[in-house]
Amino acid sequence: MSALLQVRDLTVALQMDSGPREVITGTSLEIGEGEAMGLVGESGSGKSMTAKAIARLLPDGAKVTGSVTFDGTDVLALTGDALLKHRAQVAVVFQDPRAHINPVRRIRDFMTEALRILDDVPKAEATRKAADALEEVGIDDPAKRLKQFPHELSGGMLQRVMIATALLSEPRLLLADECTTALDVTTQAEVMAILDELRRDRGLSMLFITHDLELAGAVCDRTCVMYAGQVVETRAASRLHQDPLHPYSAALVQARPDISSTAQRLVAIPGRPVSAFEAPSGCRFAPRCPHVLESCRSQEQILDQLDGGIVRCARATELRGRLLDGAHA
Amino acid sequence: MPEAVSTPDGGPVLSVRGLRKVFGTQVAVDAVTFDLLPGRSLAIVGESGSGKTTVARMIVGLEKPTAGEITACGRDRSKPARRGAERKLRGREVQIVFQDPYSSLDPRQSGAALIDEVLRVHHDHSVTDRKRIVGELAEIVGLDQRQINAMPKALSGGQRQRVAIARALATDPRVLILDESVAALDVSIQAQVLNVLADIRDERGISYVLISHDLAVVRQLTEDAIVMQRGVVVEQGRTPDILDAPQHAYTQMLRASVPGPGWKPQRMRERLLRAEPATE
Amino acid sequence: MSAEILDPIAEVEEAAPSRRRLRKIGIIGWVSVGVIAVALLLAIFGPIFRPFDPNASDLSFANVGPYGSHILGFDGQGRDVLSRLMVGARTTVLGAAFVALIAVTIGTSLAIVTAWFGGKIDASLSAGLDVLFAFPGILLAVVAAAVFGPSLFSAGLALAIAYSPYVARVLRGAALKQRAMTYIAALEVQGFGAWRLCVRHLLPNISSLIVAQGTILFGFAMVDLAAISFLGLGVQSPQADWGVMVSEGKTGLLQGYPIVSLAAVLCIVGVVAAVSFLGERLDASSKDVRR
Repeated sequence: MSALLQVRDLTVALQMDSGPREVITGTSLEIGEGEAMGLVGESGSGKSMTAKAIARLLPDGAKVTGSVTFDGTDVLALTGDALLKHRAQVAVVFQDPRAHINPVRRIRDFMTEALRILDDVPKAEATRKAADALEEVGIDDPAKRLKQFPHELSGGMLQRVMIATALLSEPRLLLADECTTALDVTTQAEVMAILDELRRDRGLSMLFITHDLELAGAVCDRTCVMYAGQVVETRAASRLHQDPLHPYSAALVQARPDISSTAQRLVAIPGRPVSAFEAPSGCRFAPRCPHVLESCRSQEQILDQLDGGIVRCARATELRGRLLDGAHA
Repeated sequence: MPEAVSTPDGGPVLSVRGLRKVFGTQVAVDAVTFDLLPGRSLAIVGESGSGKTTVARMIVGLEKPTAGEITACGRDRSKPARRGAERKLRGREVQIVFQDPYSSLDPRQSGAALIDEVLRVHHDHSVTDRKRIVGELAEIVGLDQRQINAMPKALSGGQRQRVAIARALATDPRVLILDESVAALDVSIQAQVLNVLADIRDERGISYVLISHDLAVVRQLTEDAIVMQRGVVVEQGRTPDILDAPQHAYTQMLRASVPGPGWKPQRMRERLLRAEPATE
Repeated sequence: MSAEILDPIAEVEEAAPSRRRLRKIGIIGWVSVGVIAVALLLAIFGPIFRPFDPNASDLSFANVGPYGSHILGFDGQGRDVLSRLMVGARTTVLGAAFVALIAVTIGTSLAIVTAWFGGKIDASLSAGLDVLFAFPGILLAVVAAAVFGPSLFSAGLALAIAYSPYVARVLRGAALKQRAMTYIAALEVQGFGAWRLCVRHLLPNISSLIVAQGTILFGFAMVDLAAISFLGLGVQSPQADWGVMVSEGKTGLLQGYPIVSLAAVLCIVGVVAAVSFLGERLDASSKDVRR
């Protein structure tokens, strides 16, 4: 499987009041044709910024080094028409649909705009395509919905509209940035099911960004965990939950309460998640890691292969299989 | 001396009967009835539009019930408090921690100043006593001296929620309502705060009413639960029973929507055939 | 509801402490501060440090230009212009400050009351304010002069009343926003009364907006008061006041001797511009921080 998207050594620094601040450090990942990759992390992990870098939506003044290659093309160097074509190939669905749709225009106008303007599709045909797309995402009476305004639709419906719109341009990669986080859990399940089904039908690749490890595990082939701007583990999604390689992934797994039983206390690590620029040198997770040794703090951790996955931890082999015990090393 | 809070022996510390709230023509809550026993915790589970937050607001007096009765610590609170003394007494019985850590603290007040003000309003402790209590509360919620004296903008979401919890505990309430209080927190921080809440309950015997859509958190923190959909209670009982063997179709659908090992999202076509409301 | 995942960048960016904000007001900001400081000093100490008696009239020097230690010359009545400017600062500057203060006080109180109680009280008070909006400040001042006789006090009070709806309108929005915040709800549940909540929690959180409104109104008040005095309905000649001086210099202007009116106008424009620039720079620097 050739890699459709290749991110190599991506480093991003954002311009803030206090000067340039690094938010992503040396991140690399690969997504193949038709593959779904989950990107999991908490605040400051850099997961959203990674997606924005791929979609070329970083804020002004951001400094980017490294490379992002999509289907062989250097994404970071694109301009003008080529950039527009790239945007059609890489569709993004964001967390809050209401922030990304013009409230004074009808759904039909929103959905058909790109088709009519960029591909010169005549209005009637574009509307027909939009109606078909709405049906695919499970919205009944598409004709009526197309005439409505965003405020007349619920959050879940609007998110479905966003997904339908994203798929209209026939992209090859879908970036879903916390796209179900703001939805009710039943709506989330429904929207995820739609996304999963459509993705598989079309052989779309997907980068699914979320804070929910289990959700990523349900719809992705591989999961990538980020902490403080770095990738700390990449693993087959189904294995990450049972057999994490990195202490942080293990911490994420243990932090969630179990719906099928009540534990006396949860295994909670101290401290709070930090951004890249707040993190110490050496292992960035060291201040919070239950298995930390002195050597961890002085050594920069590098990515290593282990048992079919990639992990950034010098002690990974040593700690193999013991991370979910709940006891300190 | 301000009136002391009394707990009825054996009886429920919070009791709700036939609670109903109508906004204009819309029925937000109807026929809600439940009891909260001392030392036990109850979850109110639901999604948006279920009315769970409205129920919470009515219990703490932020919303006036259209009909029904609310009794806390043996005293009726179905009607809004008239006198300041009554309002304060109610504030010592039932307290609340809200969801959003970023708007639930006055940006101009440190945690210590906030708790100090709450104590001054309610009791006539001396300055030294107040300082001692602030220190004790900070310790209970796991904040150090620097953090409790810091301004909210210097604190993270999890730290702010701890301040909010400390504030709620300042007057030693019998009931604490947690309105999605951990929903906006990072997963690793959520675990810390849930542990803090469990410790507080063990130490103080306080009863929780947990408003949440997150069934795993509900399992962790509560013994009893009621499930609400569109303003009415569709199922109630012990939390393990409701989660392991849900009886009502809606509860079953809720339970089936939770990601977990081996879970795959299902398209539920029945929902499509039912006319989905235009706004949830 | 479900989790709102916090943008890590928003989490990290804090509002700049006031110190840092002050440093950013730039050269224009600092020049404005200087001008305002001079105006305030004159307003307070002008009558003490003026070189000559502002009311000492010597008609043989009428409309004579700079002469010896009379740096700005004489006005149409032979009075020293510089001294009159220095003394006039008091009524002009303090008068405008008085108007701004009263207007802000009335406006803030109305805004908080309407925001706090909402419902019918909000509706009726807002309607009342809408009626008041219809009256331009100067018109009300003219009416006040007609009813109570022309004076700085009646003109100032009329202006303050005419300005309050503007303040109330702007602050009502901010007050409503604070009212809806959960920290107010949390303290309500804590048993805090409306007075404590409004005065100790709501008010401080809209204070920067109140100060901004005050500075804006100061500028308007100064110009309006000068206009009213120019019309003879405010400060009465021969008392020194910049607006009065503009009027007094009218005949001199026609005779090709502009210095009296011009000096007074420049003083007014200078102070109003300084206040505007400073207000704008302070506002911009507080916005710079949050991108």
